Amino acid sequence: MAHTDSTHSVEDNHGSLKSYTIGFLCSIVLTIIPIAIILGGWLEGTSKAVALMMFGVLQFIVQLYFFMHLREEKKPRYNLISLVLGLVILVVIVAGSMWIMLYNMVAL
Amino acid sequence: MKSSSLKNVQKHHSDRHHSHPDMEEMRTFGFWIYLMTDIMIFGTFFATYIVLHNNTNGGPGPADLFELSGVIVSTFILLTSSYTCGLAVLALNKGKKQALIGWLAVTALLGAVFIGLEINEFAHMVHEGATMSRSAFLSAFYTLVGTHGLHVTVGLVWMIALMVQLSVKGITPVTKRKVNIISLFWHFLDVVWIFVFTVVYLMGVK
Amino acid sequence: MLEHIKSFASGFFVTGDPMIYGADVSILLTILAVLFTLTYFKKWRWLWKEWLTSVDHKKIGIMYILSAFLMLFRGGVDALLMRAQLAMPNSNLLQPDHYNEIFTTHGVIMILFMAMPFMFGLFNVIVPLQIGARDVAFPFLNSLSFWLFFAGAMLFNLSFVIGGSPDAGWLAYPPYSELMYNPGVGQDFYIWGIQISGIGSLMTGINFIATILKMRAPGIKLMKMPLFPWSVLSSCIAIIFSFPILTATLALLFLDRYAGAHFFTLDGGGNPMMYINLIWMWGHPEVYIIVLPAFGIFSEIVSTFSRKKLFGYHSMVYAMMIISILSFLVWAHHFFTMGSGADVNSFFALTTMLIAIPTGVKVFNWLFTMFRGRITVRTPMLWTIGFIPCFIVGGLTGVLLSVAPADFQFHNSYFLIAHFHQVIIGGVVFGYFAGLYYWWPKMFGFTLNEHIGKWAFWFWNIGFYVCFMPQYVLGLMGMTRRVVSYSWDKGWWPLNLVSTIGAGLMGIAFLFQAWQIFHGIKHYRKNRDTTGDPWNGRTLEWSIPSPAPHYNFAVVPQVSELDDWWEEKQRREHNPYVPPAKEIIEPIHMPKNSGIPILMAGFWFMAGFGFVFHWLWLTVPGLAGVAICMLAHSFNDDSDYYIPIEEIKETEAAIRKVTTS
Repeated sequence: MAHTDSTHSVEDNHGSLKSYTIGFLCSIVLTIIPIAIILGGWLEGTSKAVALMMFGVLQFIVQLYFFMHLREEKKPRYNLISLVLGLVILVVIVAGSMWIMLYNMVAL
Repeated sequence: MKSSSLKNVQKHHSDRHHSHPDMEEMRTFGFWIYLMTDIMIFGTFFATYIVLHNNTNGGPGPADLFELSGVIVSTFILLTSSYTCGLAVLALNKGKKQALIGWLAVTALLGAVFIGLEINEFAHMVHEGATMSRSAFLSAFYTLVGTHGLHVTVGLVWMIALMVQLSVKGITPVTKRKVNIISLFWHFLDVVWIFVFTVVYLMGVK
Repeated sequence: MLEHIKSFASGFFVTGDPMIYGADVSILLTILAVLFTLTYFKKWRWLWKEWLTSVDHKKIGIMYILSAFLMLFRGGVDALLMRAQLAMPNSNLLQPDHYNEIFTTHGVIMILFMAMPFMFGLFNVIVPLQIGARDVAFPFLNSLSFWLFFAGAMLFNLSFVIGGSPDAGWLAYPPYSELMYNPGVGQDFYIWGIQISGIGSLMTGINFIATILKMRAPGIKLMKMPLFPWSVLSSCIAIIFSFPILTATLALLFLDRYAGAHFFTLDGGGNPMMYINLIWMWGHPEVYIIVLPAFGIFSEIVSTFSRKKLFGYHSMVYAMMIISILSFLVWAHHFFTMGSGADVNSFFALTTMLIAIPTGVKVFNWLFTMFRGRITVRTPMLWTIGFIPCFIVGGLTGVLLSVAPADFQFHNSYFLIAHFHQVIIGGVVFGYFAGLYYWWPKMFGFTLNEHIGKWAFWFWNIGFYVCFMPQYVLGLMGMTRRVVSYSWDKGWWPLNLVSTIGAGLMGIAFLFQAWQIFHGIKHYRKNRDTTGDPWNGRTLEWSIPSPAPHYNFAVVPQVSELDDWWEEKQRREHNPYVPPAKEIIEPIHMPKNSGIPILMAGFWFMAGFGFVFHWLWLTVPGLAGVAICMLAHSFNDDSDYYIPIEEIKETEAAIRKVTTS
């Protein structure tokens, strides 16, 4: 088969069984905690929403770091730049929509 | 299959890499940009859901409809499939074709179970009269969750096609890139699900 | 049976209006003429092999621009019909419902099916040449993008003769665009026409980001890249983040209409304002998407025709990037009157005013580039000089509109109409025309007649002011947009008449342009561009023959500075005896043509048509066809080839023979 060794260079070999397993365990823990918060009724209102979102974001970081190998990107880090830009605009459109549509209903 | 003369030319070219962009690396980058666009699609649906989720039109609301236990099972299934997808990439990097196909199959199977559970949940809700046209909340719910499900389904078809290609062609630079891309896609869908789970289900039940 | 068919046909085809019958006949005759010509001259094979299946970025670019011109014609006819009606408000030239359809299609066609493909055409033809690449990053995807655009545009235009045109304005605001008030199929044609072409636009955005970031020739650092690719990059960044919002929003509207959802309906808990909020998150970046490349074009032209390096290159780059990001922070200024609180309106008014700053920086940069330059006024430069005052006035009226309290007066009046036509015609259309005239020799290998070109420019420019300046006044007099008629005691008639005369002048200008192109084709041998560098250019595209060979560069260029070709020419002038560096020709890796893109676009068209008429028997095979095409492409390994050295040498020798004879 056309199986060239040059494509299997060391720098390509991202991730190891260890890092994937750590990532998996982290994501399990980060899922169980918010479920416990809800089922145990530990938090209410805004603090609940903030805590849940925080765990979601942590989970996201774990996936990026351990599974999607974002930190191993070579310079220039276009992947990271585009992701940051995308997340900024995502927050703008979601938070902006909430601000415009939910907290300013003068007309309704 | 490539002819031998072509291979020579390719070898010749890899010597002067600077003038010849790495096609497979570039395709992976293009796919990453595609994922950025997908973020915006989900972002729009999330924004719509958040804005409309209180407009239940006198019908059932999130707390009346969602059964957390089933969704928790789905979540762990998807998280596990993200892990097995990672194991597939590890097998790829070690050049183990059989293990790679095996882990991809496990991932696809877990994905299929996830979809099955979702369809079951939807069918149950429709049966109770909570259809898409019942209220703005339900329209937004089905659209957001359904779009994620649709993505997973497309990923399944794609994964099966990739397993066929791997078994026929083996691990080549092209199939290697394809495995890397689908693993990115799969982890991405996992991330999206985490936010669906948090925003729709966890924040909705009480 | 016959009765059955008759009743179907009367609902299926648009009937009853003599103007539409006339259009039906002319469309049919044109199609027949094209089919006959292709068959008579046995050109079908050539068309398929050389154009329809081509993945060559230059050919795809030309097809984009050709489509854009056809759409400009249709959109222009729409505009003239509207102006004719408004000059004769009592004439009943257009019935109100027909008028609604025409202003809707005019807007959609001009923005999405004229400006966008014109822009993509210029991206395609020029960007790879300017960065020393042999093609775009993903040539197959590029071809697919074009055909999706084409399928979408045709689907949209089909509504003219089948089913009826959409009539809810170019952005289809609900609740009027909902099924309850708009039960016809026009709105569904709108949704699917835009949806299909929008996917194409999105892929073009991805493609050009990858091309610009990853395909530059050795030595072209980002800060040594010409400004046009920079403007394309900034525009594509806005595309990839805004077009998905459009896709998602139209999908929601479609679900409302098709599946009985309640996103934007008045009942069921829906909220029509949410649609307006979402659509402008795309809509506002969209206007910057189309104007940023025009800024890039002007920058190239100003520098070339002033024989000077561009003033403030770095500030220009930063200004474009800032505009591209800021464009996502201003959307609510399109609905100041919706009734959000003062804090929302103040925030969005401020961000809107902020955008004026980088835009102002750019205008000063162009002016300072011309300052003490050796300016030659050829047609591309003429359009650039015409653009500057026009865009300044348009920009300033935009700042007036951004003042939220004042906007309650201007909103949806002719003042607004005049403002956005001024920035879009004065900025975008003038910019693309400038680019087209500038790069025409590079695209086709011959120059156009300057004399006719100047007539076209002056008719456009004067026609523009005559048409739109009165509209500012009409807006302040209280005339609102989208009115089909008005009473005589309003006193609007004289200015409307003047405005219509201006529109007519622009129509004549278009005829001049068409004449100029036919003239150019007719006298093509006389006007051959044998140098490859007719304007004494500065960037890489002028270093190769016109038109460029299909592999662009026989040898990938080594670049050391900004405006590298100009510096190279200066070096040669100073020291003509140094032989050019020895160039080693190597086999060139090229993508193979593919018939899958056009086929896949055909399946999308089928699926879209099926969705419009709720014909599942057409939708399902259409979508299945799309999936099969994708799989077929995935399994196809035979997608590229190498051009052997002998062939490159032969091609290069043949070009030199032509250029020296």
